[in-house]
Amino acid sequence: MLAIIDYGMGNTKSVANAFELLGEEVEITDDPERIIASKAIILPGVGAFSKGMKNLQEKGLVKILENEIIHKKKPYLGICLGLQFLAEKSFEDGEHDGFGWLKGTVKKIAPQNSQLKVPQMGWNDTKVVKNCRLMNELEEPVFYYLHSYCLEMDHSQTDVITSICDYGGVDIVSTIEHDNIFAVQFHPEKSQTTGLKLLNNFLDTIRN
Amino acid sequence: MLKHRLIPNIILNNGNIVQSINFKHTNVIGNAITAVDFFNSWAVDEIIVLDVSRTHKYKENFHKIISGLSKRCFIPLTVGGWISDSSEILRFLHEGADKVSINTQAVKNPDLIKESSKIFGSQCIVVSIDVKKNDSGSYEVYVNRGKDNTGLNPIDWAQEIEKLGAGEIFLTSIDHDGCKQGYDLKLIRDVSNAVSIPIIAFGGVGKWEHFVDGIVKGKADAVSAANIFHFSEHSTYNAKKFMAESGLNVRIPSFYQLPTPRKPKYNEIY
Repeated sequence: MLAIIDYGMGNTKSVANAFELLGEEVEITDDPERIIASKAIILPGVGAFSKGMKNLQEKGLVKILENEIIHKKKPYLGICLGLQFLAEKSFEDGEHDGFGWLKGTVKKIAPQNSQLKVPQMGWNDTKVVKNCRLMNELEEPVFYYLHSYCLEMDHSQTDVITSICDYGGVDIVSTIEHDNIFAVQFHPEKSQTTGLKLLNNFLDTIRN
Repeated sequence: MLKHRLIPNIILNNGNIVQSINFKHTNVIGNAITAVDFFNSWAVDEIIVLDVSRTHKYKENFHKIISGLSKRCFIPLTVGGWISDSSEILRFLHEGADKVSINTQAVKNPDLIKESSKIFGSQCIVVSIDVKKNDSGSYEVYVNRGKDNTGLNPIDWAQEIEKLGAGEIFLTSIDHDGCKQGYDLKLIRDVSNAVSIPIIAFGGVGKWEHFVDGIVKGKADAVSAANIFHFSEHSTYNAKKFMAESGLNVRIPSFYQLPTPRKPKYNEIY
C-alpha cells in the first residue's frame, strides 16, 4: 500500500486516482500507523509552503516522515510542495524552515522575460540533465506545471538535479533523485500519459 | 517554453451535454464520460465542465458526474456552475477537480474570490466573465446564465477580480456563443491587455483558424470551445494539429492511450 499524505493541501484525490489506474493500492491518510505500514510515501500538495509545513507539524508528521524516509530509507515521492519541503528554507511569505533533507532554498520564480506571468501555469518542455530512474523511457517529456516558487539547490548538491525546465530564461529544477528520495515540481498526476509513465517508473523502483 | 493551451468546454444541462447558442441550450449531444474519454486521448491540455442547469435540482447529480469523470481525467479539470461558497469548492476538490470556475457568485459576493483564493491558492480560482454588447455598442458583464445585466464594464471587473486573487479568467462573448464566426477578438484583447493573469477565450469558434486568431490577435493565453468539438472524429487532435502547423507553441498533438476501463459503468454515475 502507498500512503498519500493528507495534510489539507490540495489534490490528494487526483494523485490517488492516477496510482489506482496503475493498479496500485493507495490510502489517503494522516495516520502515523498507516504511514509506517506503507511501502512508499507520496507527498503531494498545492498551496503555500508555510501553511503546508504548519499542517504537517500540527499533525506530528514531520518526525514520522523523517524516521521513515531518512532513517528507514522508505521510498518517497514528493510532488510540487512535496519537492519544495525537502529544502532547508523557503522564502515564500517570510522565511520558513523546510525538512532540510537537501541543501537548498525555495525562492520566487524570477523570469528574465518580464512578460511572463508568475505562477508558471501550463505545459512546459522538461529537459533531462542526468540519467535517472523517474524519466526512464521518457524522451523530451512535456509536463503540467503550476507553481510560483521553485527550489534552488546549493552548489555543493546540484548532482541530485535530474531534469530542468526553462521559464523565461531561468532554469527551474523539475526533478530530484537522491537514493530513496524522488521529487518533482510538476504534476505527473495531471500530465496525461507522460505523467502516468513517470509514476509507473517510480513504482518500478519499488517493485524491483 | 510554456505552451498555449487548448481546452474543450463540456456544457452540461441536467446532466447531458448540450449545444449552446447565445446561451440557449438546445440539442442534447451526449454524455460527459464519453466526451472526457475522447478528449483525454485527443491531445487536449485541460478540460472544463460547466453545469448550466436552470435549477438546483441536478446539483447532486453533477457532483456524482464530477467524481466519476475525475477518475478518468488525467489532465487538469476545472468545474463550474452553482458554486456559492468555499465549502462547495472544497467538495469539488475532494471529488477530484483541480480548479473551480465562479461567475454569478463572484459578482454577488466578491469576498468569495478573496477568501477562496487565500484558502485554496489563486491557481485554483478561475473567474468566468460573460459579456454582451448593449445597444450603444459597449460591453457589459452578465450573470445568472446570461440573464441578468450587472452594468459592470468587463475591463474594470477583470482588474477587480485580479486584485481579489483570481488566478485565471474564462472570458465568454454571449453574442458570439454558438455563432461559428470566431471569438470577439476586440473584447479578448482589451481584457487580456488590462490584466496580468491568463485569459481563456471562449465563444464563437467555427473553424480551427479561430483558435489561432484567439491567441495571435486576441492575445489569449489559452483557447476554448464547446460545440465544434462534439461533431467530428478526432476533433481536438485536428484542432491542435492546426495550431501546431500555424507555428504556435503547443504540445505536439498525438493520440494517447490511457489504460482506463473500456466500458465505464454509467449506472454508478447517472
